[in-house]
Amino acid sequence: MPTRSATPSPDAGVSIDARSWGWRHSGRRAWAVSDLNLRIEPGERVLLLGASGSGKSTLVHALAGVLGGDEEGEYTGQLRVDGRDPRQARGRVGLLLQDPDSQVILARVGDDVAFGCENLGVPRAEIWRRVDASLRMVGLNLPLNHPTSALSGGQKQRLALAGVLAMRPGLLLLDEPTANLDPEGVRDVRGSVARVLDQSDATFLVIEHRVSIWQDLVNRVIVLDRDGGVLADGTPVDVLARQREHLAESGVWVPGVPPLLPERRRGATSTPQPLLRAESLSIARVPGRVVASGIDLQIVAGAAVAITGPNGAGKSTLALTLAGLNQPAAGRVIAGRAFANGAAGDPIRWKSRDLLTRIGTVFQDPEHQLIAATVRAELAVGPRALRLTDAVITSRVDELLGRLRLDHLADAHPFTLSGGEKRRLSVGTVLATRPGLLVLDEPTFGQDFRTWREIVRLLGELIDGGTAVVAVSHDTDFVAALADVEYRLPGTERSAAPVFDR
Amino acid sequence: MTLVAPDGRRANHEPRSALSHLNPVAKLGASLVLALVLVLTIDWVSAGVALACETVLFFWAGLTLRVFFLRTALVWIAAPAAGLTTLLYGQAAGTVHWSFGLVLVTDGSIELAVATVLRVLAIGLPAVVLFITIDPTDLADGLGQVVRLPARFVLGGLAGLRMVGLFLDDWRALELARRARGIGDSGAIRRFANQAFALLVLSIRRGSKLATAMEARGFGAPLERTWARESVFGAREYALMGIGLAIALLSATVSVATGSWNFVLA
Repeated sequence: MPTRSATPSPDAGVSIDARSWGWRHSGRRAWAVSDLNLRIEPGERVLLLGASGSGKSTLVHALAGVLGGDEEGEYTGQLRVDGRDPRQARGRVGLLLQDPDSQVILARVGDDVAFGCENLGVPRAEIWRRVDASLRMVGLNLPLNHPTSALSGGQKQRLALAGVLAMRPGLLLLDEPTANLDPEGVRDVRGSVARVLDQSDATFLVIEHRVSIWQDLVNRVIVLDRDGGVLADGTPVDVLARQREHLAESGVWVPGVPPLLPERRRGATSTPQPLLRAESLSIARVPGRVVASGIDLQIVAGAAVAITGPNGAGKSTLALTLAGLNQPAAGRVIAGRAFANGAAGDPIRWKSRDLLTRIGTVFQDPEHQLIAATVRAELAVGPRALRLTDAVITSRVDELLGRLRLDHLADAHPFTLSGGEKRRLSVGTVLATRPGLLVLDEPTFGQDFRTWREIVRLLGELIDGGTAVVAVSHDTDFVAALADVEYRLPGTERSAAPVFDR
Repeated sequence: MTLVAPDGRRANHEPRSALSHLNPVAKLGASLVLALVLVLTIDWVSAGVALACETVLFFWAGLTLRVFFLRTALVWIAAPAAGLTTLLYGQAAGTVHWSFGLVLVTDGSIELAVATVLRVLAIGLPAVVLFITIDPTDLADGLGQVVRLPARFVLGGLAGLRMVGLFLDDWRALELARRARGIGDSGAIRRFANQAFALLVLSIRRGSKLATAMEARGFGAPLERTWARESVFGAREYALMGIGLAIALLSATVSVATGSWNFVLA
């Protein structure tokens, strides 16, 4: 183990004190956090759990001093970091957030790590010593002038972690740091954090749905109650045992709680003619830059194809190309005659309206495909484009609202929904026009246990009912639960081949 | 500080020349001085003198001819285009050589056209040559330390600049999603407006997330900020500014002396 003086070992850990603390965002009726009483000792390592809406992120943002001033909301009680108002403790607290893209601040790796030190007025020579040590600690072995835009999601998160460490915080806050990462990224970030904790006395607080990632690195689990205050608090083993059912119901992935999914009827249906056929297909997101070629693939009714492979292998591009949204670089995507049902040419030539009843695409980021002002109107966009009657539209929308547990949100603006609700809505918008083929890009990314289970169940029912599904996924549980065929893109420019058939 | 390793940090740029090590603030300043003087007058003498001096200096800049013409292609297109417009529609004076409708080619408009072409080249070429070697990060360092603009403004702008790439990806995804949702067939203008609004909303959300991340790293803390890299403004930078000023003054002097100074506001 390196000697402590050679590393940017954070100073001694800080304590956290909440006394009847509560926070309400301005313009909201409900309190995000209320009546919270909590004491965390210096150096404790805490996993913070709770249903979505229980105020975990709000608490962490408040501790980092970035919740904003009086115009952003109001508070009750008292929240203290080392006995001080968190907003006066900037630099003592480091925060790592969920979205890798919005945490990269500058164009070069070295500058990005140095950014926090600069803001804290650290002398120049000391800054570069810290940058060097922090990068080594998170295991990012890159030149200081390396462009940050060329990093993968996992590397971006480790870069952000290095930037936080360089400030030498006494409290390290992680808000779902791995939710948007592929399995490799998750492993790398976890490994970096483990190394940091080995070498530091900082207090550590992490929010995460997937308990298994952090379970071994923490010595305390706190569960926030949706109705305010703390629901459970204790050692990981103890709390996870006592609160198993509640946590699983709240969307937490508790190790040992199986998802209890109905078994898929695999291979039950077989149609002689495939819906879609890819022949010697080459794909390129940017015209001229082929990411994969030699793809031969069949999509049949009532079966699911999972597209897997490393970052940058072209998974999303393949999905969009099959969906008739992206122009093939070479080769063809050919629609079966029954599936085309009168639409002329290959899917990329079809009219936008022709796609609706044939291929429904769910994008990775729901915000890209949400266009209406209410949830109800959002679900009606497709049926309206098909010029269905009002009565049919209403009945379809009502059915989907119920099925997706969105009925209480029918009049809410789609952008105000939670991550899980947005995901369910984006799936719903596609189902409203009853396409024969569903194309989904990472449908379970960042979803909690409950939403995950609902999506898998819903897709399972659709497939068994005869719908074809193509899903890009890093999620091995999802692939195991649903896929009939896994199509793995190798991530080089050589040809791809399916690795197994079930 | 050796750790900073400024050498080789420009791997993605054009071959490094004598210019690339100069402080961007000096490049900006020199181009500005030159442009300011040259826009005060429209005559071919001042622009011609400036262009002649610049041509000598371009050889020093260490750019290959290929890179030079590739990067300045736009200027070479813009200059004749501006010249042609002036030739056809510029203020008429003296002998009329050709007329067709509103088009009137005269001695006066020919002279103005030549002046315009030279002026666009004289302002555009050095600006491009100086700017292609500017790295936005170095410019921000310079603006913050040398010009002493507020760090909030400079670094906010720099961080925002980095998001442009994300916006392009967003735009593409928005476009495909609209096709997927069955509303991509008609009403191109309305769709564009709707999509532009969606991009704006996404940008604001991204921006506020970025602001939170910056704040979490102490940005805007009420203490004196340090800069990880020193922005040096030394003899070489003053020399470049001096050269810019000298060219500007020389062109103005020659122009006035030959009686061709043609003040734009007169």
